Amino acid sequence: MNLRPDPTFHASPKLAMEAPIENYAFTVMLSPDGSQSDGIAVIDLKPGSDTYGEIVHQVIVPNKGDEFHHFGWNACSSSLSPMSGHAFLERRYLIVPGIRSSRIYVVDVKDPLKAHIHKTIEPEELFAKTGYSRPHTIHCGPEGIYVSCLGGGGKDGTDGPPGIFIMDCETFEIIGQYEMDRGKQDKHYDFWWNLPQDYMVSSEWGLPPQFENGIVPEDLLSNKYGHSIHFWDLRARKNIQTMDFGENYQMALEIRPAHDPTKSYGFCGVVVDTTNLQGAIFTWWRDDDGVWQSKKTITIDPIPADADDLPDLLKGFGAVPPLVTDIDLSLDDKYLYVACWGLGEMHQYDVTDPMNPVLAGKVELGGIVADTKHPNGKDFAFGPQMVEISRDGKRVYWTNSLYSTWDDQFYPNDEGGQMVMADVGENGGLTLNKDFYIDFPKGLRSHQIRLEGGDCSTDSFCYPSV
Amino acid sequence: MIAEMTSVTALWWAVLFSGFYHGVNPGMGWPLAVSAALMERDHKALPRALAMLALGHFLAMIAILLPFSLMIFLVSWEVEIRIGAGLLVIAMGIYLLINRRHPKFLARVHPARLALWSFLAAMAHGAGLMLVPIYLGICAIGADEVGHLAAQALMGNNIITAFSVAAMHTLSMTVAGGVIAVIIYAWLGLKFLSRTWFNLDVVWALSLILVGLFGIYSAYFGH
Repeated sequence: MNLRPDPTFHASPKLAMEAPIENYAFTVMLSPDGSQSDGIAVIDLKPGSDTYGEIVHQVIVPNKGDEFHHFGWNACSSSLSPMSGHAFLERRYLIVPGIRSSRIYVVDVKDPLKAHIHKTIEPEELFAKTGYSRPHTIHCGPEGIYVSCLGGGGKDGTDGPPGIFIMDCETFEIIGQYEMDRGKQDKHYDFWWNLPQDYMVSSEWGLPPQFENGIVPEDLLSNKYGHSIHFWDLRARKNIQTMDFGENYQMALEIRPAHDPTKSYGFCGVVVDTTNLQGAIFTWWRDDDGVWQSKKTITIDPIPADADDLPDLLKGFGAVPPLVTDIDLSLDDKYLYVACWGLGEMHQYDVTDPMNPVLAGKVELGGIVADTKHPNGKDFAFGPQMVEISRDGKRVYWTNSLYSTWDDQFYPNDEGGQMVMADVGENGGLTLNKDFYIDFPKGLRSHQIRLEGGDCSTDSFCYPSV
Repeated sequence: MIAEMTSVTALWWAVLFSGFYHGVNPGMGWPLAVSAALMERDHKALPRALAMLALGHFLAMIAILLPFSLMIFLVSWEVEIRIGAGLLVIAMGIYLLINRRHPKFLARVHPARLALWSFLAAMAHGAGLMLVPIYLGICAIGADEVGHLAAQALMGNNIITAFSVAAMHTLSMTVAGGVIAVIIYAWLGLKFLSRTWFNLDVVWALSLILVGLFGIYSAYFGH
């Protein structure tokens, strides 16, 4: 407990943008076959530092086979609402779940160079207290730390629906299931919210048997992955509306609400439209009658390709699907970044008018067929995937692995973990930074990035930007 | 010395001061008034939110003070009641010192229901209890002054006093919180919202203990 609010808590998105820039990044390192332990890489981002852009510390966990994926903070700017009563928490711990093992590590990063494991929650405890498995997205909110899980109970995670559980934000004790009325929600992936407006939105990937051993082509072609998002009364813990994008919109993943809490809209990325292999972004919003609506506002076309250049999975299609696997919105709600993991492209859309996004910048790197090299001449394995934007919106970082078994299906001949950075132009535009290229230790891939002091997919704000 | 400290005027000042003390504490809600005005893009939402917070706080004060005002039919037990009340307040302070966790149920309140939140927040933090020893002190002096009135009249007086104490306290709290909210909203900006926030948890708990001790002390030696 501090005597003053943590200086990295900001009342509004605008204040967060004006705050000092990030000094470190924390990036997940995962062993795709479980032969090594997973870990968190601490990367030096201090401008002018001798070790800028290098891994300066690693937290390696004692177990193997966890498969790190997403992670998040114990506390963020949401603590500045008097209603949550948590104004004096420290942004100090990263909650790092193993998506395969269901084990959760709490890593103390108060001193990033001495980051270490503070607490470990064993899978059995998670199963017993929540009935959920495969923990994934972390957000800090009114009742503590919220964690979405992709699996329900039982060995293969299909015994009961998956959902969100709440964890105490000081002791890291698991409290229990979040949902009181889940309505039609029977799959899970991402979730986020607008705290003053008291709504939450959650999305769907698929059940564990649909992803753990790789993508199941029959399930995809028969549209059995998630294609709905769910709107919740956040504090009443009740599903108030389920919105089906249409069954061909397979895998509705990342939920990115506008950061400014006066706005009642956001975006959701869809990996693939099975009718035409397009990637899609939906804008969702609340209309004047309080009903949630959505519209497809971005489509990204597949690119025809020779079957010989395609992995077995895609040979029959004769094209590379964009595969929109991650999206991220800058804190001023101006630019939406869209990772096209299949094409090997990172798109930047101006979403000042959320109903009419305009492509403002693009970087080509990696890709199933294109396999574009980094400007420094080195290879980039797979394609642009987990993307994170600096608070000030000037730097965009991304890594390359989607999920161990899926990497192997879509990129059977690639291997490696890389993290790169692109600079954002004054009036949009995206340029890869030639000097920023991190090659992860051999045998480890990389996934989500968190920036010291919060970033564009961690903090929820309780006051508008004015 | 004691006579001075427990004079009616001093006690009313204590009521005002406690209101000021609650009011400046962001944890009692003034940032929500700033947020309301910004969210609705309407400066009139600020006084509206403050009024809702004040209503909740006032009801929480009354909910605690009223039962004590009704105990007046036990007039021969006055000292015991005041000592009991003092011990209760001290116990709350010690509880808050030991249990430093924030009550989770407050996080379940809908963000638009400011009066309910304010009521529950005041209850959970023993804000009403802090007034009890002061209130009982005022009642005791009042009883001395009016001599041996019928119990019913005395009770009537005490109920009026309870409402006055709660009203004065809430008014003072609202003015203090309101002034800060307006300054932040109109001039300083949101940056100062987190800068004005101090962790008063320990000070708050110690204040409860201090007020409780004062209640017992004045019951013995004062009026």
